[in-house]
Formats: sequence, structure tokens, C-alpha cells
Amino acid sequence: MFPAEFDYERAESVSEALERLEHHADADVEILAGGHSLVPAMKTEGREPDVVVDLDVPALDAVNALDDRTVVGALTTYATVADSAAVRATVPLVAETASEVGDLQIRNRGTVGGNLAEAHPGADLPAAALATDATVLLRNPDGKREVPATEFFRGDGETAIERGELLTGVRFPHTDGAGFAYAKKTHPATGYAMVGVAAVVETDGDGGGDGGDGNAGGGTVSSARVAATGAVDRAVRLPSVEGALAGEPLDADSIDAAAAEARADIDADRLRSDPHASGEFRGELLETYAARALERAAERVAGDAPTA
Amino acid sequence: MATHDITLTVNGTTEEATVESRTLLVHTLRDELGYTAPNVGCESGKCGACTVEVDGDAVKSCTVLAVQADGSEVTTAAGLADEGLDPVQRAFHDEHGLQCGYCTPGMLATTHQLLDENPDPSRAEIRKALKGNICRCTGYGNVVDAVETAAGRLREADDESGDGPSDGSADGSSASGAGPDGRAAPPEPGAED
Repeated sequence: MFPAEFDYERAESVSEALERLEHHADADVEILAGGHSLVPAMKTEGREPDVVVDLDVPALDAVNALDDRTVVGALTTYATVADSAAVRATVPLVAETASEVGDLQIRNRGTVGGNLAEAHPGADLPAAALATDATVLLRNPDGKREVPATEFFRGDGETAIERGELLTGVRFPHTDGAGFAYAKKTHPATGYAMVGVAAVVETDGDGGGDGGDGNAGGGTVSSARVAATGAVDRAVRLPSVEGALAGEPLDADSIDAAAAEARADIDADRLRSDPHASGEFRGELLETYAARALERAAERVAGDAPTA
Repeated sequence: MATHDITLTVNGTTEEATVESRTLLVHTLRDELGYTAPNVGCESGKCGACTVEVDGDAVKSCTVLAVQADGSEVTTAAGLADEGLDPVQRAFHDEHGLQCGYCTPGMLATTHQLLDENPDPSRAEIRKALKGNICRCTGYGNVVDAVETAAGRLREADDESGDGPSDGSADGSSASGAGPDGRAAPPEPGAED
């Protein structure tokens, strides 16, 4: 099974890639990173670009941990992110999520930038990007542009990337010390998330509030970011879940109450449906996996569970 | 349409090929160069029958453009052993780690990477590592057994090489050179196919 014919060009720097995008401004151009979304789509889903520009830019295959943020280059593979000591130390949710992507072979080739740019509705990393409050880094002929993850995903395969722009990396604020988890129900046919929930929960350790439930590690929730993928046409934050947690002790009761809000922000008719899972079932999964993510995050706040 | 002249090192042999932009690595390996261990299975990146190692990483060669692999070192399942069967291949043989065997070359390539990185995997870790190869043939219990067996033999061999020779190998296959097939035909001794 072959893709349709196309012209292949290799770009060895960001500026060269931008030049090629500009040169082919009137053509249908696809950027090739790991190729594990694009190549299958070119084989079976009718994507027939005129030109494929293959990014071969070593500088974009890098993890750079700074004082308060970690920048992951667009060409960094899932395997590299999952194994990165720097990512595990500074944004462990991202390492955990990367380790859940696809399978070993896909993790060896698929890239962070490709994942976000493809914006598959069941992709794992967008949920982690939202839950860590990440920022997507873009380059264009005029310079740089930064888009918060909350504004980046616009729909199935639709993002804030404009024509002629290149996604070069992602900046993750550090979340070390927070509870975190990515809980995923894997779609049996595609390997994407049927439903996945990513959570980063910070607690105010001074606030006491262990409520006599034995969850001594907790205090009260000072900030919670919870995001879902797979449920609708893009990854979304779940503000009702986040709101239900705020100020509460991170215990079983508050987790149950918060997870029960998982569907509150999503119109039922927006829920994705396929032969494996109806929209209604995905809605139920959403609550279950929100609870699982929060339970694991709570264990990590308390220090009871291993990090990613 | 443009074509591209590429060079690959396949199982230690330098190979040159002229490929279209759209040519997939698996087709170059099989159809152009005659390396038949990677099989064409689902063609959608799910079944892993086409898995080979590219620069040491297990990849699905049906999801990589041949031109992307220009300059790479490729190892197919048949290239994993110098002669006869290697310990992973031997373990799959001994444990009957297959159903029909079509996807076995891909499993061997993936297993090699797993055991390189994790010499003592749990059964759950084995199943997770083989997720990109496990497709729909029942339970794969024998495959998991085979990987466990291979891991144990490799650890034992490591111990022996570290401490000097001890009393023979566990699997009785060392130094025998020729596997039961007795084939050594280039370019592919073949694993299970």
C-alpha cells in the first residue's frame, strides 16, 4: 500500500524549512517529523500532499530544562521524553504520558511536535500539555509566536498553526512537587486514547484539612488542572472538575465528587462515537478515568506512589 | 516524480537503492534488496510484522519512507544472528512462541530492543513492549514465555562471560553453529519464515 506520489524535500534547519514552506506557498505541503501519523494517513486516509518537507534538524531534538520551565524540541521522540531524567524530574506528567503513547515502535519514531501539530482527538500529549499549562512555540518568517496550549487545539486535526508556520517546540512550566497522573483507556484498534485524563494537582500543605481521613500528605487543593483527551474532537480542560477540587482536601470523597463533574462542561452531542465506544460510554469512561487520574495524583502528593 | 539514491547498511552489508519519494522502507528491503524477514502485514502500522531495527531502534518499516532511512543501519530479524539462531530466536523456537509465525520476525526485532534495555522484564513489561506486535492471534502466552526464556538465557550468558566459562550453556545451542534448518543462504538466513 503506497502513498500517492509526492515530492520529498529535506530541511536541515528551521530557516530552511520555513523557506521551503514559503517557496511552496501555493502547494499542499506537509511537514514530516516522525511520520507516524502522516505516513499512515497518506496510505489509508487520502492525504495526498504535493510536497513533503522532512525535518532533519538536530537542534529540535532536545530537552532543555531551565530554572522554572523545560523546553522540549519538536523532533524529540516519545521514547526520549519518557526516558528523560530532566522531564521526569521537572514535568513528570509529560514523561508518564509519553510512555503511554502507542507502542514501543511508535514511541521510537513519533515526535512531540508531530503529535501536537496533528491534533488527533485521541492523542495523549495534548492532555498533558493542557494539564501542565504548556505553551506551544512556533516560528514563522516574521519571527516567533507562542500559543498557550489552551488556545492551540481547535478541533480534529485543527490547531492554531498558520500557513507557513512551523511548530518548533513546547515549553512546560515545572510541576515538580505536585501530584500528577495520566489515566488512559486505550482504544483497542487505534492505540489512541478512547478516553484519557491528565491531572496536575497542587496542595497547600500548611492548610491542614486532612479531615480525619488519614490522607496526611494533602492539605487542601490550591490548584488543579485536569484535561481530557478522546472524549470530544480535541483535548479539553475540565473546569468543573478543577473547580470542584479547589479548596477541598484531596481525599476519596472530594475526588469522587470532582470526577462526577467530568461531563459537566461537555455537551453530550459533542462526545465522540465509534463502533468501540458510543458517546454515552465515553462520557461514563470520562468520569471513571478522571477519578483514576485524581486518585493516583493524590497518592503521589502523599508520596505513596512511584513517580513516572 | 523525483527519485532518490539512498544507501543503507542492512545486516552489515552496504546496499544502494533508487527509490521514489513514496517508497516505504519495507518495500525497499523486501522488493529491491531481497531481505525478506520483515513482512508486510496490516499496512496500517498496527501489526508490527514489518518491524526492523533502524540505528538500534525497533521501528515499523511500513511507516517509514525509504528515503528517510538514507544512511541508516538496518537490522532485520534474520540479521540478529551471526550464524544459526541467536538466543532470542532459539527461545521462540523452543517455546513455540508463535501462532502462524508471520509476525515473528517483527517480534524478534522488538524483543531485542526490549532485552537490551531491560534484561529482566516482568510478564507485564513483556506484553507492554510487544504491544506494537500483538495483534489478534489469541493469547500470545507462548510468545511471552519465549521472551522470558530468552531473557533468562541472555542473563545467564552475561554472567558466564563476566565470570569466565562455566559448565556449558543452558540451551545446548551454543557453539553448534547450525540451527535445525541448516540454512545459511545469503542474504537472509531467515528466522521463522
